[in-house]
Amino acid sequence: MAERVEPSTAVSVSGLFKRYGPRTAVAGIDLDVGVGEAFALLGPNGAGKTTTVNVCTTRSLPSGGRVRVAGWDVASQGVRVRRDIGVVTQHNTLDRSCSVEQNLYLHCRLFGMGHRSARTRTVELLETFRLASRARVDPTRLSGGMVQRLQIARAIAHRPRVLFLDEPTTGLDPQSRLSLWEQIDLLRREGTSVLLTTHHMEEAERLCDRVAIMDHGRVLVCGTPDALKRECGVDTVVALTLADPSAVPAARLSALAHVRSVDTVEGGYRIGTTAGQAHVAQIVTAALDGTILHLSVTEPTLETVFITLTGRELRD
Amino acid sequence: MTRSSVPTVPAQNQPTTTAAHVPDGPQGVGLGPLQLRSFLALLLRDLTVLRRNVPEFALRTLLQPVLFSFVFAYLFPRIGQGLSSQANFADVLVPGLVAVTAVFCGVSTVSLPLAIEFGATREIEDRIMAPVPGWAIATEKIVFGAVQSLAAGLLVLPACVLTSATPVNVEVRDPALLVVVALLACWISGALGLVVGTVVEPKRMGLAFSTLIVPLTFFGCVYYPWQALTPLPWLKVAVLANPVVYLSEGLRAALTPSVPHMSTAAYLGAGTAFATAMTVLGLRLFQRRVRL
Repeated sequence: MAERVEPSTAVSVSGLFKRYGPRTAVAGIDLDVGVGEAFALLGPNGAGKTTTVNVCTTRSLPSGGRVRVAGWDVASQGVRVRRDIGVVTQHNTLDRSCSVEQNLYLHCRLFGMGHRSARTRTVELLETFRLASRARVDPTRLSGGMVQRLQIARAIAHRPRVLFLDEPTTGLDPQSRLSLWEQIDLLRREGTSVLLTTHHMEEAERLCDRVAIMDHGRVLVCGTPDALKRECGVDTVVALTLADPSAVPAARLSALAHVRSVDTVEGGYRIGTTAGQAHVAQIVTAALDGTILHLSVTEPTLETVFITLTGRELRD
Repeated sequence: MTRSSVPTVPAQNQPTTTAAHVPDGPQGVGLGPLQLRSFLALLLRDLTVLRRNVPEFALRTLLQPVLFSFVFAYLFPRIGQGLSSQANFADVLVPGLVAVTAVFCGVSTVSLPLAIEFGATREIEDRIMAPVPGWAIATEKIVFGAVQSLAAGLLVLPACVLTSATPVNVEVRDPALLVVVALLACWISGALGLVVGTVVEPKRMGLAFSTLIVPLTFFGCVYYPWQALTPLPWLKVAVLANPVVYLSEGLRAALTPSVPHMSTAAYLGAGTAFATAMTVLGLRLFQRRVRL
């Protein structure tokens, strides 16, 4: 059996392939998540993010390549990997037959804690995740935000080294999302390494030190959000909503000086430029024939990076 | 197994238990001490759920056999109905009822929740993140089914003996044999429950039960000893595919030995073979089902 390698990285993925019959879900990716780092896999549905997480969490065996988590090999040392990680999947996997506090208590016992330390840890988590008032109820009676808080509380109950969060805030209202982000920040400050998947660029920017943008089973780029935005070659994004987009051909906009990209979006265009706001006026002038209903000038986001790389929006 | 180095993780992130520092048990067989704790915690979880549902469990376990026992061993003798002419019918019936109740209790309490965890709620996705090998999670289901099966047997035996109008001649000549037969019954129930729970979708569980329970009960030598099938040699051979036969016969040998029964080697041998086959099949199916 392969021995443990000193984990200077929390997660180390090299040359990972995952095939399901003829379909390739992950087509040879390399990733390293440092100890204590928060890392996001950003990409649209079907990009291979969840498959990657499934391999990292031992749910699924790699078809090729090597993955180490907390120093253990996922293919041959699955039990030891599971001992060192916490996982929140996309689905609600809470134990519906047990109360909120029993979910936490039994999880602690599952990971080797004795009765007393499991009880103490449960009380502590109920407080931290603001679930104390619902301790005795069944998880079926919790709101979406509370379910997700409880899932995260359970996942970290045994103090894992690496926490995997698969689309942690999908389907949550903005308030619950913010509250969950705060909880994740807290974990990070305690030194937990976090790998999360999301198709929510704001989430990736807000929570993570580094981001890998995935599409069709490959990593397109990887780096800090700022570096990725710098490297996409656009420093200002002008979004135009027009009453009559057909009156303004995309070619007319592309031909303007400093315009790097013109993407057709519903009801108008999104234009990437390299000259700051200095040339916004020329874009507005060029678009007047289409009657401008709405104009916004923003800095590039990870969405811009994704569009520059793929020509598609994240939610396509 | 040796560790090559000390992991470099922040001190505050060290697990409070020594979890990460104890090697796994050998792959495929056996559990290390920490894994054993996790295995026991899985059992603790199932027992916690059971404790929340004790009245339900008792009702489900007792109702059918007690009514059977009441009608066949109390009502029929009183009203002079057919079967009562057989002097020791209660001796035949009670071990059979205990066997069939124990089996169905074990099977249903494992298979139904398991099918739901696999299907509707996907709770299985969390359960299999437990720090034990996949086979240990499946084995825990067998053990828990066995525990419930034993509890059902212990509830049903006195209930049936008490309901019977004619006295039941319970005579335990060999306590060790009773223990062995009881353990075999528990093992078969748990293993069969694992197979059913892994294979059958929740929405088809009702159908599976009704198509499984009736033939297993009617052809399980519950209401008649196996030897009584001698006039129908084809049936006498055919029922040997039914594991309930070995348990009914085994419990007769252990509880009411005056009723004719199979030889010890026959019911223990065949029962063990069946239990082993179901265990191997159940573990394989489970592992295949959870792998993405």
